[in-house]
Amino acid sequence: MSPDGSATVHDYGDDADVRSVREQKADARAGAAAPARPLNLYARRVQVYPRKVRGRFRSLKWAALLGLLGLYYILPWVRWDRGPGAPDQAVLVDLNHERGYFFFIEIWPQEVYYLTGILVLAAVGLFLATSLAGRVWCGYACPQTVWTDLFMWVERQIEGDRSARIRLDKQPLSAGKVGRKTAKHAAWLAIAFLTGGAWIMYFVDAPTVVGDFFTGAASETTYFFVGLFTATTYLLAGMAREQVCTYMCPWPRFQAAMLDEDSLVVTYNRYRGEPRGPIRKGETRNRTGGDAGHCIDCKQCVAVCPTGIDIRDGLQLECIGCGLCVDSCNEIMAKVGLPPNLIAFDTERRMAQQAAKQPLTYRLIRPRTVLYFFLMLGVAGLMVFALATRDDRSVNVLHDRTLFVRLSSGAIQNSYDVKVLNKARTARRFDLTVEGLPGAKIVLVGRSTEPAARVVVSAPPDGLGEYRLHVRAPAAGVTGEETKIRFVVTGEDGGTAVRETTFRGPKAQSR
Amino acid sequence: MPSKSEKDLYTGQATTGHEWDGIEELNTPLPRWWLWVLYATIAWSVVYFILYPAIPGWSGYTKGVLGYSSRVEIEEKIAAARAAQGKFRDGIRDSSLSEIRTDDRLLRFALAGGKAAFADNCAPCHGVGGTGNPGGYPSLADDDWLWGGGLAEIHATIRHGVRTEDDDARVSEMPAFGGEEDAQLTPEQIGDVAEFVLSLGKRATDGAAAARGAPLYKEHCASCHGETGQGDREQGAPRLSDAIWLRDGSKAGIVAQITRPNMGAMPAWRTRLDAETIKMLAVYVHALGGGE
Repeated sequence: MSPDGSATVHDYGDDADVRSVREQKADARAGAAAPARPLNLYARRVQVYPRKVRGRFRSLKWAALLGLLGLYYILPWVRWDRGPGAPDQAVLVDLNHERGYFFFIEIWPQEVYYLTGILVLAAVGLFLATSLAGRVWCGYACPQTVWTDLFMWVERQIEGDRSARIRLDKQPLSAGKVGRKTAKHAAWLAIAFLTGGAWIMYFVDAPTVVGDFFTGAASETTYFFVGLFTATTYLLAGMAREQVCTYMCPWPRFQAAMLDEDSLVVTYNRYRGEPRGPIRKGETRNRTGGDAGHCIDCKQCVAVCPTGIDIRDGLQLECIGCGLCVDSCNEIMAKVGLPPNLIAFDTERRMAQQAAKQPLTYRLIRPRTVLYFFLMLGVAGLMVFALATRDDRSVNVLHDRTLFVRLSSGAIQNSYDVKVLNKARTARRFDLTVEGLPGAKIVLVGRSTEPAARVVVSAPPDGLGEYRLHVRAPAAGVTGEETKIRFVVTGEDGGTAVRETTFRGPKAQSR
Repeated sequence: MPSKSEKDLYTGQATTGHEWDGIEELNTPLPRWWLWVLYATIAWSVVYFILYPAIPGWSGYTKGVLGYSSRVEIEEKIAAARAAQGKFRDGIRDSSLSEIRTDDRLLRFALAGGKAAFADNCAPCHGVGGTGNPGGYPSLADDDWLWGGGLAEIHATIRHGVRTEDDDARVSEMPAFGGEEDAQLTPEQIGDVAEFVLSLGKRATDGAAAARGAPLYKEHCASCHGETGQGDREQGAPRLSDAIWLRDGSKAGIVAQITRPNMGAMPAWRTRLDAETIKMLAVYVHALGGGE
């Protein structure tokens, strides 16, 4: 603040000249566009130095970060007893044994449609959240945001806040600088390693893999994926940061399709804020009084933005909807004695209503939100239904390539490969019968060469019994080239599983 | 690339200088590290060219300093798979055929191994799935067996073959009853016998001829094919009283077979396949549909 009182009320030190990424790029382009210099199709990355901020949305973001990271690191250690012979990890994708475990749910590879259901739910849930409250996923829950936030916190602890970091980067190389940078990257790599290490725990037993990892006994795949996720976490959260959102992620490109004038998005209240200008000492502002708006052009909204944008330019692709600029602006508004929420989560409709001096209205129930909600409800309902009616046994049948064989007695015989799936935790025996063909009998290969109406098959716990069998029927009962028959497996508890298949016979005239 | 850039009138942003019918392209520069990634991939490809086989020439290709070969790799993998199969192969070797058939683990392995060996060695004549082929290649999926359909009989037939030089081969010969001046039967008599053979399967059309053929059949044929045409597996004489015919089962076909018989042959597989494979083949053929 200069003694004559002509400077701005608030002094941010080195931070006074805050420029958004967009402005800095425009400057670079203006330089490149000077006559006789070739057109530049590539630009230097503009480094973003977000300032520390306090407030409601920052607290929410910390809470989301702690909750999500906690969940990510703790979940693999949660135990869930499934009895002997089964893994006791609550959440486990056991690729080696082709099983997925989620608490009381266990799915087999052919039931991967549950995963499809979860992905559909996630997608529609994202649409619903976006149409209601903008890109809150991007701002609070996306792994890229969560880990970037964590990495920025680490960076701030080691290198200091915004202005200190800018100063440090401008300094010539010194022992102190090297020390700080080394410490920062070491801390980043440590976090990245823990991230990659935790990832692998979702695919193999967590306590076992931790022991194996440090004794060198883990599989090559384990080391590879821990390395891969360590590298990607370090690169994406430490180096690439907001560039992942602006250059790599497809979501910002089509989020506009989910937004409408009633979606809550981070909004600068242009009506209230403009015309903007630095505030003088002793100056008071209000809309009805002077000709200056409430925005004092301190640019602290730009200084705290993790993607380096100026929210006052309006909704833009780079905005991840984290609301840190809201916190920052409210801090300033309180200091200069102006009402809060010059920047706020608000809707376009309310902005327009405010400008037109109409009553302000929210509209949460809209065709699109209703549609998204019922879509979610429908998919969730389907999944619950599928899960509740999921059978613990099933039978799969594959007909031989050979259509049929006529035996010397004149009987017609078809051969099948049959798999009995036992999804229970105990070994079980089933009765196998065939329906839909009069006089049909079964010859179970390996058990008997005599046909029987009913044969006994068994399957190990959580496994399948594979059998080859022949179905024999008197020619008189085989009425056509194709007869629909059903294989029925009946457990000792009386429960059944049925599979329909075809029994082939000769053409009618050749019999 | 144009040497100068111009400003777009409306956005104030620089353009690339490209213009199509008044539409200009704004210049939105990529971050430079993106370009470095491209250069890094080029550098990587050079390293790859040096390390791995890469450039084809007239008489071979550059081998690469690592000496990697996908052919060697697949051979190693096959060897590893064979080693993994070892305990099953040992089980097959040390178990009797009926033990294999009642041990679920060995049975599955034998069926899979037998299927592969069958496709390579047997399917050209006996057909995929052992359904047989016209012209004397018997079906192995039905219950009509020339030399027996038990595990041991099938195993012996595969091992020693049919009508081969092997000492234990299945050998039999049906004499030619016609065609020569001094033949045992005249063409008319052969026709009568054929009618009688048809009558064994209840297919005769000429009762009188069949009656004339009956004593001839008893004299010349019954010793091998049986009084009622039930066949004889000791001699590989086919059953004549059922609906299954190895060759043409029409009257003309039967006449031709009596006049100048055709007899099939099968190699002795013990000189071509190892003992375990033959065991697996026996179990597989037994499971095709007609095992006894």
